[in-house]
Amino acid sequence: MQEFFVLFIGAMFVNNIVLAQYLGNCPFIGTSKESGVAVGMGGAVVFVAVMAAAITWLVQRHVLVPFELGYLQTLVFILVIASLVQFVEMFLKKMVPPLYKSLGIFLPLITTNCAVMGIALICQREEFGLMKTVMFAFASGLGFMIALVLLAGIRERLAVRRLPIAMRGTPIGLVMAGLMSLAFFAFKGMI
Amino acid sequence: MNRLWKEFSKGLWKDLPPFKLVLGLCPVLAVTNTADNGLGMGIAVVFVLTLSNLVVSLIRSIIPPKVRIVCFIAISASLVVAVELLMQAYAYPLYQQLGIFVPLIVVNCIILGRAEAFAFKNPPLLAIADGLGMGIGFTMSLTFLGGLRELLGKGQLFGADVTWQGFEPLGFMVEAPGAFVSLGVLLAIMNFAENVQRRRKGLKAVEGPTHDCGSCGGCSSASNC
Repeated sequence: MQEFFVLFIGAMFVNNIVLAQYLGNCPFIGTSKESGVAVGMGGAVVFVAVMAAAITWLVQRHVLVPFELGYLQTLVFILVIASLVQFVEMFLKKMVPPLYKSLGIFLPLITTNCAVMGIALICQREEFGLMKTVMFAFASGLGFMIALVLLAGIRERLAVRRLPIAMRGTPIGLVMAGLMSLAFFAFKGMI
Repeated sequence: MNRLWKEFSKGLWKDLPPFKLVLGLCPVLAVTNTADNGLGMGIAVVFVLTLSNLVVSLIRSIIPPKVRIVCFIAISASLVVAVELLMQAYAYPLYQQLGIFVPLIVVNCIILGRAEAFAFKNPPLLAIADGLGMGIGFTMSLTFLGGLRELLGKGQLFGADVTWQGFEPLGFMVEAPGAFVSLGVLLAIMNFAENVQRRRKGLKAVEGPTHDCGSCGGCSSASNC
């Protein structure tokens, strides 16, 4: 139990997927202008990351390893993720329209979100079991969401401040992300 | 010939990928802790980008537009697998240094973005020129940022000591926070330089380029970015 707790906190704060591992930066900077959008994107990432990590784990264990196709990992993983995203989108549209309304527009973005594929790859490299993989993916997704929502809050306030014109938009967003990353650095001592 | 040069050279300055287009930020931040890593990553991207542009352009008439994104992904993924195998054979230490960012070239926005925005609409030669130019621009940016961070963070350049005795390296620069801050400051400097030029021409200063998801192929929600 304790092991899982350490893994959870570690993935969420200490090795935060965006602020310490540099994954998923495009959506992190791109969708952090409004907190509503940030929550939607974060939710979509948590949802897809967990499913993608579990499915790629199964594919790796039951298809790639037995047939000695390990070198095709990259190709297979991205195709699995792309079709999964497509499938989830269709499923939500038909079966759960309210959820589709809030997450749907973010789903096409997620195929090219390296956080999702990154999480799946990290789980393989660390050789986690299925339970641990799901746990890790969930915690990392939550970590992404926390960082995204926090940055969106900061940028909403920055939008009404007077800034040098060259700093507005992306540059100040990146500097703010750097300061947040510095703050998350403090968690390093925890584990 | 002229057109070819134009497509090639735009990636070197006018549309410099990480700074002017603000695309593919993950490797820009992650592997630029030293100039060596930046250069290695850049070369891998040049390889994948040029070939994927070529392939996409060659088969652009037989790809059904509806499933083009999946086709682009499949093409770039096969090329990335080739790069991975090549790196494992000839540059293993670099491969280990770059870690999961080698397979993640697949989801690098630059590859999909150029396939969607350029290669899908242009003949093979132009597509190659575009891919080479963009790739070299990307490599230059990565090497520059890597060199800057390595210099300030470790006092070294390409692994060799270059600073004077008593130089106190800023450890912050080679860690994650330094990556974000230095990229942000560099972007601001680029915007500032651009605005100085615009003022000289009598134009109004403008905000820098925003992160543009529209060029990350197939994104139907570009308006949210």
